[in-house]
Amino acid sequence: MKRPQPLIIRLTHWINVPTLAVMAMSGLQILRAYPYFGPQGAMYDWVPLQGWDSPDYLRAGGWLAGARHLHFALAWLLVVNALVYLVYLIVSREYRRRLFWPPRDTAPAFRQALYYLRIRKTEPPKDLYNGLQRSAYTAAIALGILEVLSGLVMWKPVQLHRLGYLMGGYDGARVIHFLGLIALAGFVATHLIMVAIHWRQFPEMITGGKKEKAS
Amino acid sequence: MNRRDALRALGALGLTACDSGRPKSGVLGIMERWNRGAQRVLFGTSGELVGGELSPETMFPVYYASPHLPIAPPGWRLKIGGNVERPAELTLDQLMQLSRTDLRIEHHCVEGWSATADWHGVQLAEVARMVGARPGDYVEFRSFDDGYWSSWDRDSALHPQTLLAYGMNGHPLAPEHGAPVRLYGGLKLGYKQVKYLTEVNFVDHIDEATGGYWEAQGYEWYAGT
Repeated sequence: MKRPQPLIIRLTHWINVPTLAVMAMSGLQILRAYPYFGPQGAMYDWVPLQGWDSPDYLRAGGWLAGARHLHFALAWLLVVNALVYLVYLIVSREYRRRLFWPPRDTAPAFRQALYYLRIRKTEPPKDLYNGLQRSAYTAAIALGILEVLSGLVMWKPVQLHRLGYLMGGYDGARVIHFLGLIALAGFVATHLIMVAIHWRQFPEMITGGKKEKAS
Repeated sequence: MNRRDALRALGALGLTACDSGRPKSGVLGIMERWNRGAQRVLFGTSGELVGGELSPETMFPVYYASPHLPIAPPGWRLKIGGNVERPAELTLDQLMQLSRTDLRIEHHCVEGWSATADWHGVQLAEVARMVGARPGDYVEFRSFDDGYWSSWDRDSALHPQTLLAYGMNGHPLAPEHGAPVRLYGGLKLGYKQVKYLTEVNFVDHIDEATGGYWEAQGYEWYAGT
């Protein structure tokens, strides 16, 4: 017997909410010290939002050193929480009903998108999640991993220079870290809209929902 | 105490524990010490890093603490002292007679920018051997830039890529970049690379919470890259 949302999934999800928020906000505070991309004298003009004076309410930590301390302290919680989640996902085999598996989910994801766009009249069948949900949640996990790796490269550009090389060096990692943040913010915004539309399912994320027969 | 009071007390505790205005105390202080340990572990894995493209020197940012560009006082010498067998006061010429090392290094500023330059100088490890520096955990760097200073852990300071640099991009160091001699190494953030050096001291103790100009104001002490 398994709940739609097992305890570990709920716990790690709700720890993520404030952690990710403060990571993003302290990150924007850090970025504000130098809101440009590319090495000195060789700027990456193609990166959007350069020179962005992000508003107060989107920032945390007050100043550069304060924000760095917050960011580097909470990063550990974020990573430990993510590891607990990922290990659970594998051990419990929850990944089978949560992660995007292209042969199974590609066509249903498209059908679901067509349904949302009102091109298709009937909703495609689903179990716990539909294909589009799986693609979104899987992308969010991938983005989270990318954020951690690019963050590590920025933290230790010398010691981790092999990993940095894959990301275009220190300045490449900064771009990835920032664009990854924008993509994650897009995911969170979409997620909140979907939660608002399907608000009846929201309590499941707190209670876990009714136990169902193991499939 | 009712529930509301308890919540308030908990909130206040959270604020003092995570007060980013005083990042050296409370939970943030504990986490800085934890991160320092993690960086020391990572340090053991460090290889030498070769920088890539040179940045145009006019685009290499110039920072100093004094209100005006600091110029070396007449008769400038670099004192090497602390826990050493043969304390020394070196002129620039004497330093330049020691074996020279050239490095191209990418500079990482705490603000987030990077810039690359060629640096020419003497390995600090070489100077340490010359004066007979005894084992100690820290090296302290003092300057004539309005009291600007910093301190490094000994392992980073004695790394082969840590220089007492007197040249940059093939010419003598300009006053903007720390003439006559500055500390330059690839293993620390920019604010640890003390310019306008006057003293290098091998010491047994440094308060890691306050061991430098920016460090005392709240920036991380280890600041390894």
